[in-house]
Amino acid sequence: MASSAAVPFWRTAGMTYITYSNICANLVRNCLKEPFKAEALSREKVHFSISKWAGGKPEKPILRSDTPGV
Amino acid sequence: MLRQGSRLLSRSVTAASSKSATARAFSTELPSTIDSTFVESWKKVAPNMDPPQTPSSFMKPRPSTASSIPTKLTVNFVLPYASELSEKEVDMVIIPATTGQMGVLPGHVPTIAELKPGIMSVHEGTDIKKYFVSSGFAFLHANSVADIIAVEAVPLENIDAGQVQKGLAEFTQKLASATTDLEKAEAQIGVEVHSAMNAALSG
Repeated sequence: MASSAAVPFWRTAGMTYITYSNICANLVRNCLKEPFKAEALSREKVHFSISKWAGGKPEKPILRSDTPGV
Repeated sequence: MLRQGSRLLSRSVTAASSKSATARAFSTELPSTIDSTFVESWKKVAPNMDPPQTPSSFMKPRPSTASSIPTKLTVNFVLPYASELSEKEVDMVIIPATTGQMGVLPGHVPTIAELKPGIMSVHEGTDIKKYFVSSGFAFLHANSVADIIAVEAVPLENIDAGQVQKGLAEFTQKLASATTDLEKAEAQIGVEVHSAMNAALSG
């Protein structure tokens, strides 16, 4: 039974709703006036490190950070 | 650590058994959440066992819909980092649903609407407050409560028109030169959001 719902263009291109929504939010944030833009970007900063494990030991971690040097 | 494990396990088991014991005492008093055809067919097959609890029998009954339409709409407008409006009583909200601008009055049909980038306006008496919403959802309940959730919502005054124009030109150009499906989709999203912001600022 074929589904009849119209699929949004981003879904057919392989994107999920969350990715779409986050891209929209980032675009809006980048178009804000100055004090608000700085606040919004600082609020959305992320900082995390991922390490894959192999043979019971963590390998070198990948650091993803918007505050370099931390 | 394993010693703690057994304590935690026994705690969760006793909690579950005490909760199910009290719930069983009440289950006959909540006829609206018990499926009577299921219970009857269970009794035919296994008359000596109590029918199992289903998740709905543990739920509180849904808030009842008032018989007369309330005069005000209660709006909860939340963002991931702030609660912009919390239980605010208003006359009407106009939300930018994917199907077009939707006006929500008290007594609106229960609806779940996906929002597209656009203007949301909250009307209270003669006050109109407008926000540009990046995307999100609006849940309209039968009891005239509207839960609107968005990832980013800004008052129109905070948007910089120059950057919007620049962004629009940039993404239109990217759309023309995009090769893969994903690039095309991203460029199209950019064009859509910037056009919406442009229209919001000039409209």
